[in-house]
Amino acid sequence: MSRQVNRRPEGGRIDRDRSLGFTFNGRRYTGFAGDTLASALLANGVMLVGRSFKFHRPRGIFSCGAEEPNAIVQLGAGARTEPNLRATQIELFEGLEAASVNCWPSVEFDAGAVSDWFSRLMPAGFYYKTFMWPARFWPQYEYVIRHAAGLGRAPAEKDPDRYEKFHVHCDVLVAGGGPAGLAAAFAAGRSGARVILADEHSEFGGALLGLGAGIGGKPAIEWVESTVGKLRGMAEVRLLPRSTVFGYYDHNDLGIAERVTDHLGPAAPPGPPRQRLWKVRAKQVVLAAGAHERPLVFADNDRPGVMLASAAQAYVNRYAVRPGERAVVVTNNDSAYQVALDLDDAGVKVAALVDLRPAPEGPLADALRDRGIDVLGGRAVVATSGGRRVDAVEVGRLNDDADRIVGGTRRINCDLVCVSGGWNPAVHLFSQSRGKLRFDAAGACFTPGDSYQAERSAGACNGAFRLADCLAQGLAAGAAAARDAGFRKGRAPAAPKAPEPEAAPLRAVWRIPLPGDRARGAKQFVDLQHDVTAADVALAAREGYAAVEHLKRYTTTGMGTDQGKTSNVNALGILGQVTGTDIAGVGATTFRPPYTPVGYGLLAGRDVDHLFDPARRTPMHAWHESVGAVFEDVGQWKRAWYYPRGAESMRAAVDRECLAVRNSVGIVDASTLGKIDVQGADALELLNRVYTNAWDTLKPGRCRYGLMLGEDGMLFDDGVTSCLGENHYHMTTTTGGAERVLAWLEQWLQTEWPRLKVYLTSVTTHWAVAAIQGPNARRLLAELCDDVDLGAFPFMSWRDGTVAGIPARIFRVSFSGELSYEINVPSSLGVALWQALMTAGARYGITPYGTEAMLVLRAEKGYVVVGHDTDGTVTPQDLGMDWIVSKKKKDFLGKRSFARSDTARPDRKHLVGLLTEDPREVVPEGSQIVEEVRPAPPMPMGGHVTSSYWSAALGRSIAMALLVNGRNRHGETVTISLPDRNVRAAVTKPVFYDPEGEKLRA
Amino acid sequence: MAKYSIFSLLRNARDDHQNWPRVWRSPEPKDAYDVVIIGGGGHGLATAYYLAREHGITSVAVLEKGWLGGGNTARNTTIVRSNYLWDESAAIYDKSLKLWEGLSQELNFNVMFSQRGVLNLAHNQHDLRDLSRRINAIRLNGVDSEFLTPAEIKAFCPILNTSPKARYPILGASLQRRGGNARHDAVAWGYARAADARGVDIIQNCEVTGIRRKGRKVVGVETTRGVIKTGKVASVAAGHTSVVAAMAGLRLPIESHPLQALVSEPIKPVLDTVVMSGLVHVYVSQSDRGELIMGAGIDAHNSYAQRSGLHTIEHMMASIIELFPLVSRLRMMRQWAGVVDICPDASPIVGKTPVEGFYINGGWGTGGFKATPGSGWAFAYTIANDRPHPLNEPFALERFSSGRLIDEHGAAGVAH
Repeated sequence: MSRQVNRRPEGGRIDRDRSLGFTFNGRRYTGFAGDTLASALLANGVMLVGRSFKFHRPRGIFSCGAEEPNAIVQLGAGARTEPNLRATQIELFEGLEAASVNCWPSVEFDAGAVSDWFSRLMPAGFYYKTFMWPARFWPQYEYVIRHAAGLGRAPAEKDPDRYEKFHVHCDVLVAGGGPAGLAAAFAAGRSGARVILADEHSEFGGALLGLGAGIGGKPAIEWVESTVGKLRGMAEVRLLPRSTVFGYYDHNDLGIAERVTDHLGPAAPPGPPRQRLWKVRAKQVVLAAGAHERPLVFADNDRPGVMLASAAQAYVNRYAVRPGERAVVVTNNDSAYQVALDLDDAGVKVAALVDLRPAPEGPLADALRDRGIDVLGGRAVVATSGGRRVDAVEVGRLNDDADRIVGGTRRINCDLVCVSGGWNPAVHLFSQSRGKLRFDAAGACFTPGDSYQAERSAGACNGAFRLADCLAQGLAAGAAAARDAGFRKGRAPAAPKAPEPEAAPLRAVWRIPLPGDRARGAKQFVDLQHDVTAADVALAAREGYAAVEHLKRYTTTGMGTDQGKTSNVNALGILGQVTGTDIAGVGATTFRPPYTPVGYGLLAGRDVDHLFDPARRTPMHAWHESVGAVFEDVGQWKRAWYYPRGAESMRAAVDRECLAVRNSVGIVDASTLGKIDVQGADALELLNRVYTNAWDTLKPGRCRYGLMLGEDGMLFDDGVTSCLGENHYHMTTTTGGAERVLAWLEQWLQTEWPRLKVYLTSVTTHWAVAAIQGPNARRLLAELCDDVDLGAFPFMSWRDGTVAGIPARIFRVSFSGELSYEINVPSSLGVALWQALMTAGARYGITPYGTEAMLVLRAEKGYVVVGHDTDGTVTPQDLGMDWIVSKKKKDFLGKRSFARSDTARPDRKHLVGLLTEDPREVVPEGSQIVEEVRPAPPMPMGGHVTSSYWSAALGRSIAMALLVNGRNRHGETVTISLPDRNVRAAVTKPVFYDPEGEKLRA
Repeated sequence: MAKYSIFSLLRNARDDHQNWPRVWRSPEPKDAYDVVIIGGGGHGLATAYYLAREHGITSVAVLEKGWLGGGNTARNTTIVRSNYLWDESAAIYDKSLKLWEGLSQELNFNVMFSQRGVLNLAHNQHDLRDLSRRINAIRLNGVDSEFLTPAEIKAFCPILNTSPKARYPILGASLQRRGGNARHDAVAWGYARAADARGVDIIQNCEVTGIRRKGRKVVGVETTRGVIKTGKVASVAAGHTSVVAAMAGLRLPIESHPLQALVSEPIKPVLDTVVMSGLVHVYVSQSDRGELIMGAGIDAHNSYAQRSGLHTIEHMMASIIELFPLVSRLRMMRQWAGVVDICPDASPIVGKTPVEGFYINGGWGTGGFKATPGSGWAFAYTIANDRPHPLNEPFALERFSSGRLIDEHGAAGVAH
């Protein structure tokens, strides 16, 4: 275990009493509570942490936050491993294990680095220009490409953790808990508004945690602590640390990803979820997301040891870590001066501060000079040298236009290069909200323009980089947001003082020119993660990929896991330069959610495993299970498919079940059938409009079968509707169509027929339904029901009565062609009814049957199942059901479509029966009928088999099909083409059993 | 057109890639063209290319209101297949697939078409029945399609959850081995480069604001960069098909909806095929960069805004974890939306219109990308000859009055 060689002896927001052991790339280290993996690695002197995506160049820790392009690691092992996390965002915990990604055999010696030798052959988009010959080799080329790409590895096992969601409303959501966000939350909170303050870090304070700045004459951190304390005291303010506002959607709908236990590692308690998704609907939003420092683009600016200046500052101040021993600071603006001072305070030797601006003046420059630190004005770092870590920089003088290096260069030894190319406001959420960005020439950055939603930006994300401005903007925005949310007291408190020297303007130089002797070949990285160089940007522009989206897609700039937080603006600047426009004219790409990547598991929440789509079970489900039923999924329902006895095969069970119904009595659980209670003065009118047949004559106590069509005249659903009384009907639908039909009717009622007084209620699960079917059904019912006159209970009618002591509604309808009663009782009494029927039916050999037997029985009768024998292209006429389509009704849904030439065509596909020449042959459903047999496809098809079964009652196979002109082809023999052979079958009427319906009406 | 190859790469590497030519010119619009194509996406550029290549018509302008290939070409999930149920669909989509098979060589631009196969999963008896019908029909149309048992599925795509205990267990799948993915941007760029080389003018940042007619005849278009005279206007403006048609005085039976998609962070290869499930509603593949790229159903509301949201994504995530439990700890890197134009029968409109000289190619719904080459090929024929090719004749606008619909809701793979 190595010592924390780079840890400062004191200071920092770490807990030196809590030492934490961890491993990186198999080596053991220690850090302290309060460290990130990145700060702990730096404390241990580990700078080389990764390899780049394309050229496998050595890369070090570059930032200290969400913008990190380099330090991508695989965290943990086994089922809990997670790829592609940024070391800069992982809070250290005891036992943490992490490893570099995309390198082999190790990050120090990576075989993939050979690709750097061929980098001249691999400019942006090279793959579009090659790998085309010979064409058949592409799969091999691609195999290599695919295995070279990708960063970390997916776990090999199922995720053991749990994720939850909260849905909340608030008056003001503040995104970001730095100075502006804290101030905004405070100003909004004191008005009494419901405020949520979310920040991605473990503690509030934002940049103040890494700065030595002062507020109101005290260290800034005291202001942070006191403000957080005040917010904690406000009942309506909710503080969410470790919570990233990642998405800003329409209507002020925002997503927040909260890391509840990630920072605890294996010590996480079992109770809470691992992460929590907050779905927030906010009346007002204050964006206070801060800013990201921008790198400078110079040759070999990717070597480990090159780091954002503000990151180096945060490491020395917040984490008490010296990221190097001898630093060169290179900047185009004032902010890095304080970094140099802080580094010096921390004992890091600052070899020089290189300022792109010609004549650095002012108190900060003086302070540096006073300490004997060289301030080199009008110069830039043009290149670095070193192997796995930077060992020196070359500094040269810029000409006035910053497009040339004048004179020679000077070498300065260092192991740390702190770069600052200015600041990019974190406008991601603003852009996601549909706000338009504008280019701020002074800051050389994009800032929020006009808002589109109820939102305002404050602080650095609004282009305000001075602390006093951040505080003032935060307070004002928080107060205004509260006021706009209806809290009149929302007046901004006075901003505390935060003295800072006046800042001099920055000098935007998008690409540091190379010295004249090295104009070619050097790699000046723009996108560190994707190895995109300034030359790639220029190449894209040269080839015509000059629209910003083309640039992004062709070079892949900004398409890495960091989403270009450090690269996009530089790329746009360089594009502007090479195309002769400026960056403002180039414009920015649209920011897409999420701000930082969000876990799949988190987004899915609890909707996994058995809760993915909770299964629906009928009240009698447990009974079916107890007798060994096999179930099938029908929509969301689990339905008993068949009930094998012992080792009985499915075919034998279904045969037995069918014969029982035909010969004595069977019982089927029909509870899943869709049921809609239809009431209101216009209930009858609705039925007349949505069904093809006429309903005026349906009297209370009677039932009628109906077809519903889509507007295109095609069959949509079917079912029996019964008249319960005046203006009151009980509608049934197919099992799968229950929700669809209800939504369809509601859509018509609410959008097209709002004047109809009809009220629809789904009562599907209100009723348990046991249907007894077969010649002995009446006898069985009579034993359990003495208050209904079964002799005067005709087919297609219903009665209220008592069955086995249970109040029931009995429908005499049939889907088997047998004498049949569908007994509806309240759900809770379904099992009691079922058991009573089973007991009383024992003497008749009552046989429970499943959906398969149900399908066979109805097919024997030629009853169609919507969605089984139809597919949305079938009219009632196609099914031979003209009898149910009213000729008299003025209109109904779908009627007009019958007049269309193709719908009226006589030779459409019609429903027919098929009897195979070999009666034992049961052709698979979905088989195609070919009109002409050829040795090989293509073959013209005339239709397909929709239903096909073995009929035990008939002792042969039966099938139904949709066949071109089928109605006029009865008696013909057709050929069914199976993958391995052909089967011949005779075309018949689609009724095979009891065609006169005598048994039905018995 | 400077030929791309490993040799041209080597040659250009010598002078640091300073001499690569532009992929396409950026001409000012001329006063008149024989054909004006509205929409510089894949379909429009393919149309322009085949007009020049197959029919020798090179006085063609492609007008794009934004950046080339920036609509649905840039926003789809890159799936290519031709496993459609009806004969008419099979014919045009398989023509397209055949063109895909030689497209990189034809365009001399690597569109990275990879035939890693497309699996369509069946989860219940109803699915199986549909799948069987579909496989048989596709096979008898001379298109490749085969049935895989759960064990075969597991072998073909090991990370799929084939447990019989799953909420919706996988009971079978169809596999079209010739299906796969292509690199979407490259398709637009490749067609643009090849069309440009044959003389087509590709004009970006040029929005069509009106279509000029004389009687029932088209005479020109009004654009943000002036009026352009032409006798033939071809609309290929996916997402705005009905908006452009309205400029010609036509009302189309099209609804426009947002369709969302997303990618994960890149990971090492885990999925080497395309998996689609209609019931556990999601479709997914892994890009050459390592991202899992996926989509699901359309957003229910009508919109022209290319805006994403959370609720559709949440369902999609639940579905993908149901199918592939090991993705739960991966992370969504980017989400976005496109606008899809959907016809009542989920099939496109490709052909002539009642306005003379005005042609429409649109309504491809959620599945237009795969059709790009075939659509452009047939549409070019239609424009050049002023009559539809047999491939697109069934996809005429008249079918919505005749009722001769081509109902492909089941094949769309996306709930409408």
